[in-house]
Amino acid sequence: MNVTMLLEMAADGFGDRVVTGPRSGGLTASRLRELAAGAAGRVRESGAEAVVHLAENGPAFPVAFFAAAFAGVPLVPVNYRLGEDQLGRLLAHHPKAYGIAGEDRHEALLQAGLSVRTPADFLQAADDAAARGGAEEVQADPDATAVLIYTSGTTSEPKGVVLRHHNLTSYVLGTVEFAAAGEDEAALMSVPPYHIAAVSNVLTNLYAGRRCLTLPSFTPDGWLDLVRAEGVTNAMVVPTMLARIMDAPGLDRSVPSLRALAYGGARMPPRVIERALREWPHVDFVNAYGLTETSSTIAVLGPGDHRAALVAKDPRSRARLGSAGRPVPSVELEIRDEDGRVLPPGESGRIWVRGEQVSGEYAGHGPAVDGRGFFDTRDRGRLDDGYLFVEGRVDDTIIRGGENIAPAEIEDVLLRRPDVADAAVVGVPDDEWGQRVEAVVVPVAGAVLDPEELREHIRARLRGSKTPDRIACWPELPRTPTGKVVKRDVVTGLTAAPD
Amino acid sequence: MKLRPGRQLASAVDGTRMVVVRAPAEEVEVTCGGRPMVDAAEAPAPTAADPARQDGTLLGKRYADEALGIELLCTKAGQGTVEVNGAALPVKEAKPLPASD
Repeated sequence: MNVTMLLEMAADGFGDRVVTGPRSGGLTASRLRELAAGAAGRVRESGAEAVVHLAENGPAFPVAFFAAAFAGVPLVPVNYRLGEDQLGRLLAHHPKAYGIAGEDRHEALLQAGLSVRTPADFLQAADDAAARGGAEEVQADPDATAVLIYTSGTTSEPKGVVLRHHNLTSYVLGTVEFAAAGEDEAALMSVPPYHIAAVSNVLTNLYAGRRCLTLPSFTPDGWLDLVRAEGVTNAMVVPTMLARIMDAPGLDRSVPSLRALAYGGARMPPRVIERALREWPHVDFVNAYGLTETSSTIAVLGPGDHRAALVAKDPRSRARLGSAGRPVPSVELEIRDEDGRVLPPGESGRIWVRGEQVSGEYAGHGPAVDGRGFFDTRDRGRLDDGYLFVEGRVDDTIIRGGENIAPAEIEDVLLRRPDVADAAVVGVPDDEWGQRVEAVVVPVAGAVLDPEELREHIRARLRGSKTPDRIACWPELPRTPTGKVVKRDVVTGLTAAPD
Repeated sequence: MKLRPGRQLASAVDGTRMVVVRAPAEEVEVTCGGRPMVDAAEAPAPTAADPARQDGTLLGKRYADEALGIELLCTKAGQGTVEVNGAALPVKEAKPLPASD
């Protein structure tokens, strides 16, 4: 199985349907296939070993994705916000690649030995080649690499995650039904193309027959305008985007066409999701948990669970709003302790997963799975009544005097307050305890936070050892463009400024 | 034939293509229009179909038998009936998950 098989099916099944871009002037499934096959010829002629895409999301992205697949080489979507040094180190892995980039990045690609053209020129070249016709089709080996995605590297140097054709096609066939979307449906993707959700989104929406729109640079009013103008029915955001949509004052937040909103990529503050559920009572909310290494979603909290939790009286059902829901049927999930023993329900440990969509493989390192094929997500979590609660990265766990403290539990207490917009809890080096607990909070607009009062608030709900020794108020947290808190920058900021 | 997930099967009687989504542990015979389907990588020798086995397949539909533990996805529709060990494989009811990306 190859991702081009999904494109062939879409072109055979609903070739005249617009699948990417605006309703008028967007690309139909047949046209996407033609352009991708045309561009594949160009990639093959160039002798490139990969296609590097270093640009904002737009029609060139799906064309580049399938062109790479037809040509039998990996697509490498690269973060266009990377600094010069980081970009240089990354491009050094792909000197013989076919580059697609905005003009401001051409120099960097040329220096690294790549050929380069703008997204517009790439589409033009694809069009010319398609008009000449006769591009020979090759079905890439299902074991070939379909995409190589660099992790955001919030806890270490970015690593290249290898996703093979069989990983991605298994993910699509395991979670989506062919042509299940109505002709009027349109999906809006707001995360950049170097994020796994944007990659999997190209495939899942195409396979479902849902037109796909992109928003290259997110603003709350830009997002709302586009949803209304294009009649968007499905959208995916990261939690910081939903927070900005809900928090911005004076916005018209009406979204009559919207039916489903998926979110993921970072933890959702309860305040934000509760607000959104009340603001948009007609919308189905979906929390998706997954990693780049697992070809996107491995657990889903569905619309019914969201609504049930919002009105639930008992704390157990209410707490489910903070869960990642249930594992998808095609994935097996285990919670294990540090020695690899499988833990019973309710106990916290490392989340391990197995399934066809799970690659767990890093470029140059081979698969990082155990003897039974399970991959260590390096996320902490627990299963309660079959619901997965994700408690943050194992690497972010604070070890204070031998006690393991998960920052997520303390962050949850802070984020439940109506006056706290954002919060991060970290371990700061300490001579006596090894690490001590410190926190940074961001007040909601107009609020003033008293660190002492916040500490008392936490002490009243959690143990004393989990009460931060110090709480600092910052105007915002350091986050990646896809909404993940960069904890090492929080630690640096806290240790640099004693108060 | 021994199936494995991801393997593509081609019909010998028409353009039908099926991809294996779930494979049973034991060997099975998969036929289309009464003639054995073969690995899509080998070009099957064109054969005449059994006229009694022309129920056809629909693009994108899943055909499955729970008891056998087999699921095939139709990637190219055709006219022949797809059968496993001599029994027609029924269409599986779709239970889609909520769109998550």
